[in-house]
Amino acid sequence: MFSGFMTNAWEVGTIVAIVAGVVGFFVVLRGSAFPAHAIPNGAFAGAAGANLIGINPLVGLGVFSLLAALGIGSLSRRGRADVVTALVLFMMLALGAAFLSQSTEYEPQIFSLLFGEILGVSSSKILPVVVLGLVSVVAVGVLYRRLMLNSIAPEIATARGIQPHRTDMAFLVVLACATTMTVPVVGALLIFTLMIGPPAAARCFTDRPGVAIAGSVVIALLTVWAALASSYEVNWPVGFFVGAFSAVWYGIGRIYARWRRTRVAKLVRSSAQSQI
Amino acid sequence: MHFLFEPGFFSSGPVRTAAVIGGLTAIVSAVVGTFTVVRSQSFAGHALTDVATTGGSGAFLLGLSPLTGFIAGGVIGGGAMEMIGVERARSRDVATGIVLGAATGLSALFLYLDATRSASTGATQQILFGSIFTIDSSTVPTIVVLSAATLLVLGVIHRPLLLSSVSAELAAARGISLRVVGLLFMLALAVAVGLSSISIGSILSTALLIGPAATALRVTRSLRAAMVAACLLGVSTTWLGILLAYDSVSWDPSSQGLPVSFFIVAIVFLLYLASGLSFVRGLSGRRGGGRPALGAVPAKDKDASPLGAAV
Repeated sequence: MFSGFMTNAWEVGTIVAIVAGVVGFFVVLRGSAFPAHAIPNGAFAGAAGANLIGINPLVGLGVFSLLAALGIGSLSRRGRADVVTALVLFMMLALGAAFLSQSTEYEPQIFSLLFGEILGVSSSKILPVVVLGLVSVVAVGVLYRRLMLNSIAPEIATARGIQPHRTDMAFLVVLACATTMTVPVVGALLIFTLMIGPPAAARCFTDRPGVAIAGSVVIALLTVWAALASSYEVNWPVGFFVGAFSAVWYGIGRIYARWRRTRVAKLVRSSAQSQI
Repeated sequence: MHFLFEPGFFSSGPVRTAAVIGGLTAIVSAVVGTFTVVRSQSFAGHALTDVATTGGSGAFLLGLSPLTGFIAGGVIGGGAMEMIGVERARSRDVATGIVLGAATGLSALFLYLDATRSASTGATQQILFGSIFTIDSSTVPTIVVLSAATLLVLGVIHRPLLLSSVSAELAAARGISLRVVGLLFMLALAVAVGLSSISIGSILSTALLIGPAATALRVTRSLRAAMVAACLLGVSTTWLGILLAYDSVSWDPSSQGLPVSFFIVAIVFLLYLASGLSFVRGLSGRRGGGRPALGAVPAKDKDASPLGAAV
């Protein structure tokens, strides 16, 4: 399980989980699950296009995810953010469908781009993942205060001179960067799962942002590792396990949050009674 | 005429079936879509398509018709989303995301099993991107009944639905059960998504849902006018897309033509962009300090009243 091609899978899976955990925390905090879903899906079209004209898919992924991010960012200034996100996503996907209809390689290509092929990662794919992963995490670190303030108290952020639109744009570009590196590895549909499930679960366990980010990374790592191991054992796609485990984590988080709420309510009630 | 319509366009059986199904789908999608945009549920609408994909690939595995799978998947997924969390916009966002993620994982599994077990290729392509020209004409009656049922349900609940979209508090005060209305709407959304999944493929099906409705809401003044405009836009877009796809085979004899869904989405996107141009808004009397367009509420006011004083 830890030899040969699996070594690459463990390495890449670990990096992807860390990046998804960090970036995903802000995705959940800002309520931007839809852009986080739209950008990787749009990037998929880029890979299909690059495939068609015979260049490195990573270039196509990068160009299209940046296009998607900038398109969503600039158009949402004038229309509803969710509608604009949806339409940009559809345009990208339609281009992807057109590219695919022209190419001769069908099924396995589509499947691996959408659902990933983490078990077939070659060593040459690791370096770009490491570089882009580092860039995204560092970018989140630099933007940390700004993103935090803008997400939690937009008015205060504006009063302090942080431009909300620029912050949105910067975050979308970080998202695009994190996406580019991960799509060829875990697939367009699953990077989204990792960016939502673990952070949403982590936020149920704690209210402190620093702890929540760490928790989200830990949960993402556990999810990916467990998914890799199960996929190796059962020989089903990794994506299925990532999706299922993320949902389970979120379920546990919600149950814990409810338990904590009732416990706090009970404590408050009993202390109020003892004072009377 | 041959410049516009390639020979055989009107006499071809698949094209006729496609035009009927496409038109019906466009109408149902436009009506449901108008409410979807007003309720800011574009993400839920899109997520339902992915859940429908799960249903479609599961049906393929079991040997059922894809339409059954699309609709069953959509209904289950929509119900789950509505149950998990609806109180606030942001928790609704996360709930949608979680359901979407789990469903995606399941469809990865189903498609993988389809590919390994059934030995027939093309399942992924067919389910994800659809092909309106290959629909069997025997499904037309089913599609007609489903469309009529959806429109009927929406007709019955449209007043409470609208009130609960504009102001949840007001609706609750009037004794409207938000949960029932929300659930019924989700069901309508699921059927609409299932219908469009079968025609333009599940990944792209919400384009017909959101695109014409958002465009229409930008250029009209009342909800009713927006619905009519959305239907017209949707139907003409779909038919134009079918025509272009049919013609595209002859543009370059070496290639195999472009998919219908590509043309439909491209037209939808261009129309939306065009509706934002100031001169189009001027034409429809939208320029100047009049009431804000229904679909043009800035993102920051989303949690406030989405309709403003417009209804």
